[in-house]
Amino acid sequence: MIPFDYQRADRADGAVAAVGVRPAAAFLGGGTNLVDHLKLGVAEPELLVDVTRLPFDGIDTLPDGGVRVGATVRNSDLAAEAIVRQRYPVLSQALLSGASGQLRNLATTGGNLLQRTRCPYFQDVTTPCNKREPGQGCSARGGYTRYHAILGASEHCVATHPSDMAVALTALDATVHVTGPNGQRDIPVTELHRLPGDEPHRDTVLEHGDLITAVDLPELPMAARSRYRKVRDRASYAFALVSVAAALDVEDGTVREARIALGGVAHKPWRANTAEQALRGAPATEQSFREAAEAELAEAQPVRDNAFKVPMARNTLVATLRDLAGEEAR
Amino acid sequence: MTTAEESMLRANAIGTPLTRLDGTEKVTGTAPYAVEHPVDSPAHLHPLQAAIALGRATGIDTSAAEAEPGVLAVLTHANAPRLASTGNGELEILQSGEVGYRGQFLGGVIAETPEIARRAADLIRVHYERYEHDVELRADRDDLYKPEQVNPAFDTDTAQGDADGALASAAVTLDATYSTPMEHNNPMEPHATIACWTDGELTLHDSTQGVYWTQAAVAPLFELDQQQVRVISPHVGGGFGSKGIPHPNVVLAAMAARLVPGRPVKFPLTRQQMFSVVGYRTPTIQHVRLGADEQGRLSAITLDVVEQTAKVKEFAEQTAIPTRTMYAAPHRRTSHRLAALDTPVPTWMRAPGECPGMFGPEVAMDEMALACGLDPIEFRVRNEPETDPESGLPFSSRNLVACLREGARRFGWHDRDPRPGTRRHGEWLVGTGVAASTYPVFAMPGSQATIRATPDGRYAVRIGAVDIGTGTWTALTQIAADALEVSVGEVDLEIGSTTLPTASGAGGSSGINSWGSPIVAAARTLRARLDEHGGTVPAEGVEATEGMPDNPHTSQYAMHSFGAQFAEVWVNADTGEVSVPRLLGIFAAGRIINARTGRSQLLGGMTMGLSMALHEESVLDPRFGHVVNHDLAEYHIATNADVGSLEVDWLDEHDPYVNPMGSKGIGELGITGTAAAITNAAYHATGIRVRELPLHPDKFLR
Ligand SMILES: Cc1cc2nc3c(=O)[nH]c(=O)nc-3n(C[C@H](O)[C@H](O)[C@H](O)COP(=O)(O)OP(=O)(O)OC[C@H]3O[C@@H](n4cnc5c(N)ncnc54)[C@H](O)[C@@H]3O)c2cc1C
Ligand code: SF4
Repeated sequence: MIPFDYQRADRADGAVAAVGVRPAAAFLGGGTNLVDHLKLGVAEPELLVDVTRLPFDGIDTLPDGGVRVGATVRNSDLAAEAIVRQRYPVLSQALLSGASGQLRNLATTGGNLLQRTRCPYFQDVTTPCNKREPGQGCSARGGYTRYHAILGASEHCVATHPSDMAVALTALDATVHVTGPNGQRDIPVTELHRLPGDEPHRDTVLEHGDLITAVDLPELPMAARSRYRKVRDRASYAFALVSVAAALDVEDGTVREARIALGGVAHKPWRANTAEQALRGAPATEQSFREAAEAELAEAQPVRDNAFKVPMARNTLVATLRDLAGEEAR
Repeated sequence: MTTAEESMLRANAIGTPLTRLDGTEKVTGTAPYAVEHPVDSPAHLHPLQAAIALGRATGIDTSAAEAEPGVLAVLTHANAPRLASTGNGELEILQSGEVGYRGQFLGGVIAETPEIARRAADLIRVHYERYEHDVELRADRDDLYKPEQVNPAFDTDTAQGDADGALASAAVTLDATYSTPMEHNNPMEPHATIACWTDGELTLHDSTQGVYWTQAAVAPLFELDQQQVRVISPHVGGGFGSKGIPHPNVVLAAMAARLVPGRPVKFPLTRQQMFSVVGYRTPTIQHVRLGADEQGRLSAITLDVVEQTAKVKEFAEQTAIPTRTMYAAPHRRTSHRLAALDTPVPTWMRAPGECPGMFGPEVAMDEMALACGLDPIEFRVRNEPETDPESGLPFSSRNLVACLREGARRFGWHDRDPRPGTRRHGEWLVGTGVAASTYPVFAMPGSQATIRATPDGRYAVRIGAVDIGTGTWTALTQIAADALEVSVGEVDLEIGSTTLPTASGAGGSSGINSWGSPIVAAARTLRARLDEHGGTVPAEGVEATEGMPDNPHTSQYAMHSFGAQFAEVWVNADTGEVSVPRLLGIFAAGRIINARTGRSQLLGGMTMGLSMALHEESVLDPRFGHVVNHDLAEYHIATNADVGSLEVDWLDEHDPYVNPMGSKGIGELGITGTAAAITNAAYHATGIRVRELPLHPDKFLR
């Protein structure tokens, strides 16, 4: 751990400026990820700019029917919000399936989106890692890869993105608002996180100094019947082996629309476009669900320890859709 | 001569659920744990650990660390105190630059704050010469060896009759291999020490299972008399065996304190550091063979165990021990073989030997019961021995069958359909399973207790025992009160320091036996002396000191606790997730001294057994030689959400032979057999027989 300066920001532009001008500066949200990284030597910022006092702690309904979630809203508060529980249950469930009560009380919306992989080689500075130090090599390849990717990985990195919340946001087609040194922009959450390619050190498309200010949930009536199913090695306080965020709109036994994202399978929350496509117009049956899941996973490339994730993701997706269809039928 | 019956203590306080005497202090945060002891101007130590598994540090550049403001000293093998050789390769650190395992201590930084020490330690640059390391345990290694004995002093191999011949001619046979992974103890309080040298003498506030054990290990290393090392440990936040024999962290703290004489040096380990320096349970590979006749009577039992030790120091886990006692069979064999690896040294972890050793064999009993077409309880009852199968000694008491029967009644076993994979609750497959528990009655020699009666009507009981969270403070007070025939309120117990009479440590579930017996002896002597004074206490008080009395019955009886554990397991048909909504344990462990803390011990043991069944696994990366999942986010132990209904009870077992209290020791019994019961229930739920722990969801995926 290196000595660092600490500033508490009260304005967004000030925070952006403070971080933007110093290459070794970082925003500090709840600190539940970043502070661990400081202690482990994984992150070595010289300046931390605390953004939790910025006026981004509201959850507000938008004129178009959507909902705006401020970047500093704590994970527990977001999960408990009535409008989220009623209109976007998948998001509330995803949040509550993550971490522990204490961590969720601290963790922020912005920090949750930008939390880094739990790959144990990444978190241990004594083992080579391309994400930590580009060019060092990837220790996970040929090593312990139970929690690693089966989709979209590269030879340089097979890590997964650990956030549950981000999987739900991906299924919901949320939009991320960013203020950076070059002004403001909106990024669809599906485009926020990257696949590793040959730049595994870049988790997202954000540039240094980009501050997340809010996340918008679009108006999406079908999301009122949505669900998050997380499969893990213990019943609580464990990251997903695989997870499924899904919403299903069924009419007269036919799928009109499906929204599906998978967690624990890739370097980013995995929007299951192929499965969604396969389901549109298909009968809402176990067989269609299975075919859709298999189509989505056709390209899966497991590594040493995680071949089981292919059937696990398939079964979990089928089970989640089956549940949603059953609920719809009632 | 008094008979065993006559020398048994009359229970008055014993057996009651007296609340913990140290409970208020603990829940209000005023009970001082090791590094919380108030000391003047402490310095702080952060270690330097080897980043290779085998080789030599050829150069350690400490200049940047030394230049950091606030750094008091940097410790390496270049300036470390020379240690006397005591034959303990684990403790003899910093005597050269040699590296025997990854994470081994190579030095440390002593600084004004923990943050500075940590930061400066990061600035040390180490150059290594690497040798090729070898950390992989496999049963087919050609360099497995037979240790002279297994922990603590059991025969490595045993054999009776002709097991191979009996297996060849048996009507029903089973031949299967089971394995348990490397596991780490992870007590809530990390290993932690404050070391301080004054006038050539060493004081250690240490989180230890035995103040005298620590003294005995540390004093000779620094060529001190035992009395020159004072160890203080009034409260310990768990140990599970890993705080039994001291580990290199205590030595490093003492070495560091030498560099800043007169200043206390604080050294609590981080969770990550605990995964490389304070021991672990060896992984085990257990080859079981059983042979039986058509009626399900076992003719042969063999268990051949392969496990690991470290090249730095031998530790031979006694995994086959319970198989020598559990079931009758005329032809039998057990063996242990070790692979010596470039790894940290394995150590005791709650029920070393019995815990892994009651996994494979108890799953095998389930498999064999099915093969014989018998209910697993009935199968065990049929193979109940009349005397201890290997020694031939009668049991001082053995109530396994009664535990199985009572457990079956309470659990609702009678209408169980034995067919696997046939019960469903929604998307969950439902099953039930059973396994036996056992643990030996150990007594350690050497403890002494002093009791002093004063005219104010109080009794001061002094013994260098420790309370590692088990309830020693309370249970020993109850024993003393009954032995003195006074109320617990009249007894003032003192434990947790080498300024008190010698005592063995908390290990092998032997504490109450080894500390309670001399307390009872001292109380009896004291009462005799008081009688000489006509029953009144003279102004100067009356004192008695007694050691651990000889127990003539130890050589005449086999002494063990037993139990039966029942599990209900649900396995998700889609995802393979395993859940344990119900566990029941019925035990027979002699007299339970404190019904409340005793119950906690058994509950805790079973919870840890559940954790072992479903979660615990230290993943060693053979390329680096380190445990990859070295923190509590990645090394999973059971959470509250994993534990459903957990019920514990015990039979009233009368055993006058074990000790005057009639107690057998319960700290470890509860963890034995749990993983087998759960594994057997998971099979009953799914029809999938898993022989390798833990029971991760992928093992049940279809
Ligand atoms: C033991 C443990 C278990 C966990 N289990 C789970 C789990 O099961 N599922 C799960 O999803 N998560 C889990 N988590 C992770 C947890 O959700 C994250 O640590 C948390 O969401 C991060 O939020 P934070 O506000 O604390 O972020 P911080 O640690 O403060 O920051 C994380 C990153 O985001 C950046 N940042 C923060 N805010 C902003 C902003 N507004 N704009 C731009 N950048 C910003 C920081 O610079 C940093 O790089 C677990 C964490 C721990 C420690
Ligand atoms: S998978 Fe990615 S994060 Fe993990 S070691 Fe490889 S490069 Fe690093």
